[in-house]
Amino acid sequence: MKAHLSRRYLFSASHRLHSEAMSEQENQSTYGKCNNPFGHGHNYTVEVTVSGPVDRKTGMVCNLVDLDGFIEREVLARYGHENLNVLPEFAQEVPTTENLCIQIYEIVQRGFPYAHLERVRLEETMMNSFEYAGKAV
Amino acid sequence: MVYLTRKAEFSASHYYHNPDFTPEENRRVFGKCNNPNGHGHNYTLEVTVKGEVDPRSGFVVDLKQLKEIMHREVLDAMDHRFLNKEVPEFLHQIPTTENIAVAIWQRLVTKLENARLHRVRVYETPDLFVDFYGEA
Repeated sequence: MKAHLSRRYLFSASHRLHSEAMSEQENQSTYGKCNNPFGHGHNYTVEVTVSGPVDRKTGMVCNLVDLDGFIEREVLARYGHENLNVLPEFAQEVPTTENLCIQIYEIVQRGFPYAHLERVRLEETMMNSFEYAGKAV
Repeated sequence: MVYLTRKAEFSASHYYHNPDFTPEENRRVFGKCNNPNGHGHNYTLEVTVKGEVDPRSGFVVDLKQLKEIMHREVLDAMDHRFLNKEVPEFLHQIPTTENIAVAIWQRLVTKLENARLHRVRVYETPDLFVDFYGEA
């Protein structure tokens, strides 16, 4: 029996949307108030969905202790209370929530061995969210 | 094809324990969920059915009928119950959210008329949920 398990986590971070490839005016018109040079912050919610057969011995797709521990160490500790623009992965890339969602997907995809990663969904506010399910989708 | 989702809530208690594990293994794998006295949750159930819209009624499924089936098959059996001791599926199976979603699917799948079951989603808390699509 294959089931999907989803877990939500919170972290807060700041960012500024600004592309070196654009003029000041283009940056202004593209990113609006998100281009404010001082940056601004969000309370992000990241929803991680993994899948796999329900283990007969434990009744679980994967042990939540393992998933929580991994996300805490590799995602929340990395992004929580940070300025995203100063992190190496955003040195050349604008830290939009789309790009952050892809980064988190890649971290889980590369490092979490206990279940198959289906998708990462990242809420920037209650009103907008982004999903990434890997390159092929 | 149109998808329709109906929600319901139920409250129940459970604990996680595998009689084949040693007490130490049970504690290590299941942590505080292993407390034999049980603990409880307010579960939210989302049942999604799919089908064509009936040209006469404009419905994918009769909502009243779906609500009745969910009540009869799921809520009457699980609401305000100790899942390990009172629900037949969990007398010999651990009532994890995964197994609850599978059990609810199996209770509903043969009872629906006209519409096909697409997904059963069970929230154990707002931050933890399981989806089951009937996949083997």
